[in-house]
Amino acid sequence: MNHSLISDRPQRQSWQPGRLFQLLHIDTMLLFGLLLLLGVGLMMLYSAGGQDSGLIIRQLVRLGVAMGAMLVVAQIHPDRMRDSAYWLYAFGLILLAAVLLFGHEGKGAQRWLNLGFFRFQPSEIIKLAVPILVAAFLAERPLPPSAFRILMSLALIGLPAFLIAKQPDLGTAILIASSGLIVLFLAGISWKLIIGFLSACAAAAPVLWYFMHDYQRRRVLTFLNPENDPLGAGYHIIQSKIAIGSGGTFGQGWLQGTQSHLEFLPERSTDFIFAVIAEEFGLAGAALLLCLYLLIAGRGLFIASQAQSSFSRLLAGSISITFLVYVFVNVGMVTGLLPVVGVPLPLVSYGGTSMVTLLAGFGILMSIHTHRRMMSP
Amino acid sequence: MSSRFTLKDHFRESRLINGRLLVAALISILVFSVVIVRLVVLQVFEYEHFDSLSNRNRVDIEPLPPQRGLIYDRNGLLIAENIPTFSLEMVPEKVADVEATLNELSKLLALTDEDIADFQDRLKRHRRFQQVVIRQRLTEAEVARFSANRYRFPGVDIQGRLIRHYPQGNLFAHAVGYVGRINERELQIIDQQDYKGTQQIGKTGVEKEYEELLHGEVGYRQVETNVQGRIVRELMSVSSHSGDDLFLNLDINLQRVASESLTDFNGSVVAMDPRSGGVLALVSKPDFDPNLFVSGISSKDYAELRDSPERPLYDRALRGSYPPGSTLKPFVALAGLELGVVTEHSKTYCPGWYTLPGHDHRYRCWKHHGHGMMDMNDAVAQSCDVYFYDLAHTLGIDRLHQFLDLFGFGHETGIDIPSESSGLSPSREWKRASRNQAWFPGETLISGIGQGFNQTTPIQLAHATSTLAMRGVMQEPQVVRASRKAGQSEMELRGSERVNSLPMQDSQHWEAVVDSMVEVIHGERGTARHVGKDMPFKVAGKTGTAQVFGIAQDEKYDAETLERKLHDHALFIAFAPADKPEFVVAVVVENGGSGSKTAAPIARKMMIEYFGLELDEPQPDQ
Repeated sequence: MNHSLISDRPQRQSWQPGRLFQLLHIDTMLLFGLLLLLGVGLMMLYSAGGQDSGLIIRQLVRLGVAMGAMLVVAQIHPDRMRDSAYWLYAFGLILLAAVLLFGHEGKGAQRWLNLGFFRFQPSEIIKLAVPILVAAFLAERPLPPSAFRILMSLALIGLPAFLIAKQPDLGTAILIASSGLIVLFLAGISWKLIIGFLSACAAAAPVLWYFMHDYQRRRVLTFLNPENDPLGAGYHIIQSKIAIGSGGTFGQGWLQGTQSHLEFLPERSTDFIFAVIAEEFGLAGAALLLCLYLLIAGRGLFIASQAQSSFSRLLAGSISITFLVYVFVNVGMVTGLLPVVGVPLPLVSYGGTSMVTLLAGFGILMSIHTHRRMMSP
Repeated sequence: MSSRFTLKDHFRESRLINGRLLVAALISILVFSVVIVRLVVLQVFEYEHFDSLSNRNRVDIEPLPPQRGLIYDRNGLLIAENIPTFSLEMVPEKVADVEATLNELSKLLALTDEDIADFQDRLKRHRRFQQVVIRQRLTEAEVARFSANRYRFPGVDIQGRLIRHYPQGNLFAHAVGYVGRINERELQIIDQQDYKGTQQIGKTGVEKEYEELLHGEVGYRQVETNVQGRIVRELMSVSSHSGDDLFLNLDINLQRVASESLTDFNGSVVAMDPRSGGVLALVSKPDFDPNLFVSGISSKDYAELRDSPERPLYDRALRGSYPPGSTLKPFVALAGLELGVVTEHSKTYCPGWYTLPGHDHRYRCWKHHGHGMMDMNDAVAQSCDVYFYDLAHTLGIDRLHQFLDLFGFGHETGIDIPSESSGLSPSREWKRASRNQAWFPGETLISGIGQGFNQTTPIQLAHATSTLAMRGVMQEPQVVRASRKAGQSEMELRGSERVNSLPMQDSQHWEAVVDSMVEVIHGERGTARHVGKDMPFKVAGKTGTAQVFGIAQDEKYDAETLERKLHDHALFIAFAPADKPEFVVAVVVENGGSGSKTAAPIARKMMIEYFGLELDEPQPDQ
C-alpha cells in the first residue's frame, strides 16, 4: 500500500514534527484552528465563570478526554466507519430508548444515562451516527440518490430526531436532523425537492406548534416579543442583548464585563457564553471568533473536497457544515435572532459530552484527510 | 461495491458533491454575515441604548437618609431622639410574586394578618422602587432567622433604621408632636428627592413646624448590584447631613408639674417667659403617647384615640376655644382707663344686678347680694360683674373690640407650632357677617365679662397676659429657643424679632391694672388669696369662670360624667413678680368649677417650680 511510501522513508532524516503529525493522522491546520478556539474558549470561561480556576481545571480534564477521543477516531480508517455505521446507529437508538425509560432528569428534561462512573448523553452518539449512516447509505448507490433512498434517509434521520425531541431536547434534535439533511443536500438531491421540502416545512409549522411542549411554545412566544415577560421567560434574551450591545465595538475588556460578573446574565458559562465574549471583546472580538469558526469549518470543507470517496466527502462536508449550524443556532439564540433552544457554543461553552462528540467529529475529518491514498509516489 | 463504478462516475459524483460543498460554504458565509450584521446593529447602532441599560442594570443609586435632628428641653434633656431598629422591607418592583413571597415570609417570621393588611395598605401608596415596610422592630432572633434565609427572598431585606423615639412619652405629645409615615398629601408637597429613603415626616407640633431644619440633607451611595439587587460594592457616596438639633424653651419639669397638677381634668396650662416670649410649658390634657405614631399607628389604637369623647388628640393649648370669663376683666379695665371712660378711682355701685337704660332685664353679678361701691381695683380683685357691665356699656362694643384686638384676642398669636386657632373677639361686623344679625346692647355687657361670643385659646390668654405683664411689650410665643447644626457647637437663636409695643397714653394705666391684679392675689378680698401665700414677691393674677352652655349633640357621657361636664370651666392667669415679671402662666381647667379653687392652685405650683421656691402645697381658702 501507499502507506509504505510514508513509513519506508529513510529513517536518518532530521526530526520533522509534520511527519509525526501525519503518522498520528493529525491534520495540523485543523489542529491549530481547534487549539486556538479552545484557548479562546478557556479564556472566556475563566471570565464568565467568575475566575474560578476549579472550573477551568474541570474543563481542561474534559478537553483532554475529548482530544484523546479525537486522536483515537483519527486513527480509524473511514472505510471502517462506513462499515460500522449501522451498528453505531442501532446502538445509539437503543441508548436513546433507554434514556426515555430509565434516564435521569436534569433541568426538566430526560437526557442523561447514568453509567455509574459517568453520566452520558446518548444523543451525542446519535449526533455522529446519523451523518455517518446517511452518508454510507447514500454512497452505496450512484448519486444523486433515488427517491426511495431519499425517503429512507429521511426516516433514518427522523426517528432519532423525534426521540430526542421527545426528551425533550429541541436544540439537539434540530442539530441531528440538520446533520442528516446536510448529507442529503450534499448528495445532490434536486433543487426542486429542496424548495418543495422547505415549503412543506413552512406549511408544517402550525402542526409542529400543536405538538410542542408548553415550554417550547413559551420560548417561541417570548422570542417573538421578549419584552413581554422581562422577569420570566424573556429575561435571558433581554439580558443577553444588553450584555452584547453594551460591549460596543471593542468591548469592555477581558474580565471587565459587568453584566456577566454582576450575575445579570444567566447561564453565562454555558449557553450564553457568546454574550460574555461580545461584551468583553466587542464587535471586533465576536466577529473574529465567528471568522475562526468559519476558518475551521472551511478547512473541513476543503478536506471534504479533497476526500477520495463519496462517503468521505459527504461525511466530512456534513460534519463541517453541522459545526457551523451549531454555532449559528447558539449565536442566533444569544443575539436574539433565533428562539432560545439550549445549544452550547461549540468548543467554548462549559460542558463535557458535546465537546467529546465535536472533537470526535474533527477526528473523523482528520482520519478522512490523512487516510487518503497517495496517487503519486 | 465501489469498484463497480467507473472513473467517470466517480468524477461526476465528486463534481456534484464539490459543487454542493461550494453552495453550502457560500450559504454558511451568508448566514454568518447575517449574524455579524446583527452584531453590528446591537453593538454599534444600538450601543448607546444598551450601554445605558447595562449601567442601569448594575449601578443602583441608594439614598442615605439623614439623621433627624434631636430635640432638647431648655435644660438640655432629650425630648426626641433616634433609636436603631431593624425592619423587614420589600422593594415590590424587585419581587416577581409579592403574594407568594409574603406567604413564605409568613411561615418564616410568623407575620400576623394585621402585618399583612398593613403592608398591603402601604403597598398601595408606596413610591416606585422604594422599600415598603413589612414588619417593624424585628427581634434579634427574627433578624437572624431571616438572614439565614435571605437568599430565598430577592427584593426583601432587613434594614437597620433609626426611628424617632420620645423618651418623655406623653409629656410633649401636643407641643413637640410626633413624626409619622409620609402620606400621599405630604408626598405632593415635599421635595421627593430630599425624602428618598426617609420614611418619616413631622406631623404635628415642633416636629412639623421645624421639619425642614430637623430633616437634614439626604446623601447618596452609588452601588453595584447583582440581578437580585444585592449590593456587590460601593462605587461612591455622598454622605448625608444630619438635621439640626433643636433646643426648646419648654422645660420638662414645668411640663410635668403642669401635667400632673391637672390631675384627671381635661384642660391646658401654658407658661411663658414674658421677657423673651419663650414658651416654658405647653400642656394639653388628656394627652397620648406620640411613640404610637412613629412607625404607623395601628388602626385600632388610632380609632381609640380618635373616637374617645375626651379627644386626646386635640391640642387644647392652641386650639381649645374657651370663653375667657373674668380673666378678660383686667384688659377691659385697661381699655376703660386708656379710653378715658373711667379713672382708677371712679366708682360704680353694685347692687347685685345691672339693667340697661330703658330695659328691665337684670344682668346679674355673680355675687347676688352685690358688692356695694366698687372702684377699679376692687372690681378686678373681687371680680365684680356689675362694674364691668357698666364699663362695657360705656365703652360700647366697637371700642371694646378694637382695644382687645391690640392684645391679640381673636387673632393667632403666631406661636411657632402649626394649627393654632384664632379664637373669637366678637364685633358688630363679625356678627353681621357670620350670623347676619344686628348687635344687641346686652351682648356688649356679656362681652365685657368675657362671656357670650368670646372665645380664647389658652395660648392667647398667656400671650395677652404676657403683654400686660410687660406693660405693652408684645412678643410672639416661641417654643424653639435655638437650633444647632449637626457637629457644631454654636447655637443659632430662634425667635421672631417682631417685638410690638402697645403705646398707652399714660404708663400709669398699666400699673393701675397690674395693681388690681396684685390685689386679686394679695388683697384681703382677692379671689385667689391662697396663690400668693408666703411668696417672696408680689404675684399678679386673675381668676375666671366660664359658663358651659351646653353639650354638643354628638358627645356621649354617662350620668356622672354628664354632671361634671356641666360644671363651669375654671380659668386663671398670673404673672410674677408683679413689678418685674419673669413668669406668666395661663390655666384652663375644663369643668373645673371655679377658677379660684381649681385653676389658681395649678398656677401656684408652676410658680413654685419655676422660681425654685420651697413652699407648702397651696390651700385654697374658703
